[in-house]
Amino acid sequence: MYFPHTDSDREAMLAEIGLEKLEDLFKDVPAEHRFPKLDLPAALTEMEVLAELQDIAWSNDTTRELVCFLGAGAYDHYVPAVVDAILRRGEFYTAYTPYQPEISQGTLQAIFEYQSLIAGLTGMDVSNASHYDGATSVAEAVNMAFHNFRGKRSKVVLSPGLHPQYRATVRTYTRGSDVIIFGDDPHLDLTAGPESLLPFIDQSTCLVMVQYPDFFGRIYDYTALAEAVHRAGALLGVSVNPLALALLKPPGEFGADIVTGEGQPLGIPLSFGGPYLGIFATRNQYVRRMAGRLAGETVDNRGQRGYVLTLTAREQHIRREKATSNICTNQGLMALAATVYMSLLGKHGMRQVAELNYHKAHYAAEKISAIAGFRLWSPEPFFNEFVIECPLPAADLNEHLLENNILGGYPLGTDYLGMEKFSLLAVTEMNSKDDIDFLAETLTEVANG
Amino acid sequence: MNIPPELKYTKNDEWLKVDGNIGIIGISDYAQEQLSDIVYVEIIVSPGEMLSQGDTCATVESVKAAADVYSPVSGTVTAINDEDLPDTPELVNSDPYGQAWMLKVELSDLAELDELMDAGSYQKFCDEREQ
Repeated sequence: MYFPHTDSDREAMLAEIGLEKLEDLFKDVPAEHRFPKLDLPAALTEMEVLAELQDIAWSNDTTRELVCFLGAGAYDHYVPAVVDAILRRGEFYTAYTPYQPEISQGTLQAIFEYQSLIAGLTGMDVSNASHYDGATSVAEAVNMAFHNFRGKRSKVVLSPGLHPQYRATVRTYTRGSDVIIFGDDPHLDLTAGPESLLPFIDQSTCLVMVQYPDFFGRIYDYTALAEAVHRAGALLGVSVNPLALALLKPPGEFGADIVTGEGQPLGIPLSFGGPYLGIFATRNQYVRRMAGRLAGETVDNRGQRGYVLTLTAREQHIRREKATSNICTNQGLMALAATVYMSLLGKHGMRQVAELNYHKAHYAAEKISAIAGFRLWSPEPFFNEFVIECPLPAADLNEHLLENNILGGYPLGTDYLGMEKFSLLAVTEMNSKDDIDFLAETLTEVANG
Repeated sequence: MNIPPELKYTKNDEWLKVDGNIGIIGISDYAQEQLSDIVYVEIIVSPGEMLSQGDTCATVESVKAAADVYSPVSGTVTAINDEDLPDTPELVNSDPYGQAWMLKVELSDLAELDELMDAGSYQKFCDEREQ
């Protein structure tokens, strides 16, 4: 047990400033606004607390008990035991960027390796030490693009195929600023490709943000879009699923200026929604506009390799009110998890996992779309996620599936008008052929009433 | 500390060289010394742009700090030093009054010049800060 102050410490401090009791410090706050009396139950023993918490935990259904076909931004992947074993080493087990960074060479090296891996995967010149998650990375991309043009271009075009929660986060971040958001009107035709964004792009656009594969799982070639964006003098941002990049052409090769992404598929457990990992990479010419920390490799005065935090003058603690972002932190531990995961699997292993996802998802899509009443929504290529039109509302379907211990897809009616009967299904290496066949059988039964 | 007598100075340590109706702007020897090794200079205005006195016209980044450069005068930007400074920002350390000039403006209000310090006053201003 840790006691920050003893009673005598408090008395000594109060005596020093000439007060009698602690409450005297708060007398300027009107009584009705002071913190209310805590009506807490009597203290429990450690044994009792553990039993109670265990009891609460058991009422959760997790992907250990259920067959999971839910994705929509967070995916059920296998996390090799080595990832956790390394994370939990005392030398690494802090989630925070060290404040005296240069003595933490191991942490800096891990961040440097992470940045190098992400730069390689995305085809970009430079990656920062990470942000909180995929959503906040997109919001930082908006921030960066807006400041890149010094506020002279205030239009941001968000694809309706960008994760709805990411778009909501951008709106939260930019509330009260001059940024104006276009492109994701709820009445737009969602079956249209990236060309539907072209009418929104003009000389006042600072950023066009798309997702790859998009929220509906579709893989588009954004080359023509990139050209149009650059013709207008704007930046192209691409939010990625990093695992898909083991198979797909990296965004750096089709003209992306900023690549963001949710790093959770890279060895990070679902954990009820976090902590996750915000990927953020860009081209060299924009490095000074990028938020977040940046580890660099250098040599010391004896010529030995060493690691430092570099380009720190961009950061908020130095730029103060002129900084373009208030983010100086990173998801250090999660970035380390992704680093261990990627290093462990290597280039070929990553591709193998990605291929497993691809093939299993395509097997599932074929199987499900063969069931009467179910139809694959889009003819576009996909990775490990696809949309199925169902004969009944997707939310109702999920209830039936849950009775059979299946966690169904994401009901798209949650975010998109008129899509109540559409379900976004994810299939990963965790789903066996039997799982997929069982899902298909169950869907057949449900459809037949 | 080098304070050329023919220039005008501001309390933000910019210098201004007046040549007819053109003003040339940079940062002083005192400023570069305070900032230490300059690693990045960015001129954030372009030729043709109108500046008011006090507007931010450049940012200078050193290994330990980042600072904005404010225009000592109002006027229209006629030239920026985008040839030397982006690639060799250390010129601000080695030649702050020469090769490290940052921009030229066509002065729109000559009365503003009277508000600036001459070399003697600026020397005194720097000395006071050193104490």
